[in-house]
Amino acid sequence: MDTPFIIAAAIKIAVFIGITMSFVSICVIFERRFSAIIQDRVGPNRTMIPLSILGFKKDLALPIGGLTQPVADGLKFILKEDFTPSYVRKFFFWLAPVLVVVPALLTMAVIPFGSPMEFGDTIIPMAIADLNVGPLFIFAIASLSVYGITLAGWASNSKYPFFGGVRACAQMISYEIALGLSVIPVLMYFGGLNLGHIVEDQVTNGWLLLPLWNEGGFIIGSGYWGEPLVAQRLLLLIPIIISFVIFTTSIFAETNRMPFDLPECETELVGGYHTEYSSMKFALFFMGEYAAMVVGSALIVTLFLGGWSIGFGIDGILPTGAWWVSLIHIGVFLTKVTFFILFFVLVRWTVPRFRYDQLMNLGWIVFFEAALINVFLAALVIAYPSIGGLGVLIGFALLTIVTILLIKVAKGATQKPSATAV
Amino acid sequence: MASFAFYLFALLAVAGGGLLVTLRNPVSSALAMVLSFVGLAGLFIGLNAYFVGIVQILVYAGAIMVLFIFIIMLLDLNDEKPAKFKLSTVLAGIVIPLLLLVQILGVIQSGLHGEEAEFTKIDEETMKVSAKEFPKESAIYKSLTHEKSPKLPDTNLIGHTIFKSYNFPLQVMGALLLVATIGVVVLSKRSHKKAPTDS
Repeated sequence: MDTPFIIAAAIKIAVFIGITMSFVSICVIFERRFSAIIQDRVGPNRTMIPLSILGFKKDLALPIGGLTQPVADGLKFILKEDFTPSYVRKFFFWLAPVLVVVPALLTMAVIPFGSPMEFGDTIIPMAIADLNVGPLFIFAIASLSVYGITLAGWASNSKYPFFGGVRACAQMISYEIALGLSVIPVLMYFGGLNLGHIVEDQVTNGWLLLPLWNEGGFIIGSGYWGEPLVAQRLLLLIPIIISFVIFTTSIFAETNRMPFDLPECETELVGGYHTEYSSMKFALFFMGEYAAMVVGSALIVTLFLGGWSIGFGIDGILPTGAWWVSLIHIGVFLTKVTFFILFFVLVRWTVPRFRYDQLMNLGWIVFFEAALINVFLAALVIAYPSIGGLGVLIGFALLTIVTILLIKVAKGATQKPSATAV
Repeated sequence: MASFAFYLFALLAVAGGGLLVTLRNPVSSALAMVLSFVGLAGLFIGLNAYFVGIVQILVYAGAIMVLFIFIIMLLDLNDEKPAKFKLSTVLAGIVIPLLLLVQILGVIQSGLHGEEAEFTKIDEETMKVSAKEFPKESAIYKSLTHEKSPKLPDTNLIGHTIFKSYNFPLQVMGALLLVATIGVVVLSKRSHKKAPTDS
């Protein structure tokens, strides 16, 4: 254990957790302003320092619009009464909010925020922990956050929170399967689980979802794309796009965001699993949801959209290892994450809530099967150089038969039960 | 530093196991088991087996125990009453761990005697020597002999071992699991059809 490593790790932990937390508060203002724009309202466009309660004549308006709204929200949460109902299971009631926030923040540890910095001989990767099991680490730790929500529902010891907790539990387990299976084609293409290497691969060979440019610039006039394997790379886009759709939707379900926010469905369950919570404990659930959203966006950007890579062939021109290049890359990464967060918000205020059986059908019957078939499809495309055209054709024919059979079975399963059976 | 992590996670695992047995509330017991799994995962990671450690959390703590808790909550089980034990069960509970302890002591005596067990990173020399067993273009070789930061590619090594040396047992296990899954579906369907006739 050398001292520079510990110092660098400490700085990285402080900075990256700080970035995540500030993103959580920025998310709130994004959500409120963006939803206001969508619904043709104004939204929180001004926040004032309430000097009037100190005896002054007027409140002080800050010239930065509603950007300080999260501060006011946070203050409100802290100053509210922290009420614990008498009938709850105290220990678990207190434990649950912590179990939601901590895993969400822990998963940030393996995300590469920028290109590695070089100081002399030492290379400092811009991820807190440069693990060889990056995506698995995120799935493992994120799967622990289901305990928080479930326990919150159970410990509240009342009807609606319990329903919310049970719903969250079933939903998160179901979509974890789709999440894990959908990412397999991506990992097969990269041949490794190190998120840093995955991003570097995308810097040199083009982003996974948009292979429009590589280190030498755009496709046109660049040597890499003249190779015969270009058809394979373009064919690979089909399984990758399927992966992307399943993965993104599953992230929505995992973070309990709007089309899938059944666990806190206000119209049916009052407030869902956090009905009995108030003040800072409620705020922790809130923060956990947004932190999970930030990490989910970061993971999607890292796997599919080139992570910190700038694209347009600019990465090849910039020198490697300089600290200012790293900072530019961090900025690019955060910009991409911001766009994805805006996408999350846009979906929330556009798509209405699913019914619970629709949610389960989508997870178990559509996504699970689609992800499984997608794995084989990607394997066929990737294996083309070693098994040849005939092998791929035979494999594709078999896969088509299996797919048709699966669709038939799935159609039978989704048919509504007759009225007499219920 | 490394041994501190070992003792921390070992303590976590043992404490979780102890709480699992002593706590009376089923949900508390299940959570204590999760704690124990997390401690165990920490131990695996300390032995450079990142993949095994993470899968330990992903599968056991993240999936299986969640299902346990789900079922416990749905059935709304109450606190267990302390059970009275027969003499034979108590004796078995003492003798079997003792046998295990003797065995572990024997292994420690014969194997690692006098050697300080490492709980840190593998040094680069060992990795370079072991890299010679693999073809030069493989991901394992590249990771082991990486110029700047050589790393133990434990995920690739596990895949290599399973699919090269134990491919047939793996297929058999897959078929076994498939049969079990189909069996469960068939059994649950049958009881579902009978249900209306009871009422």
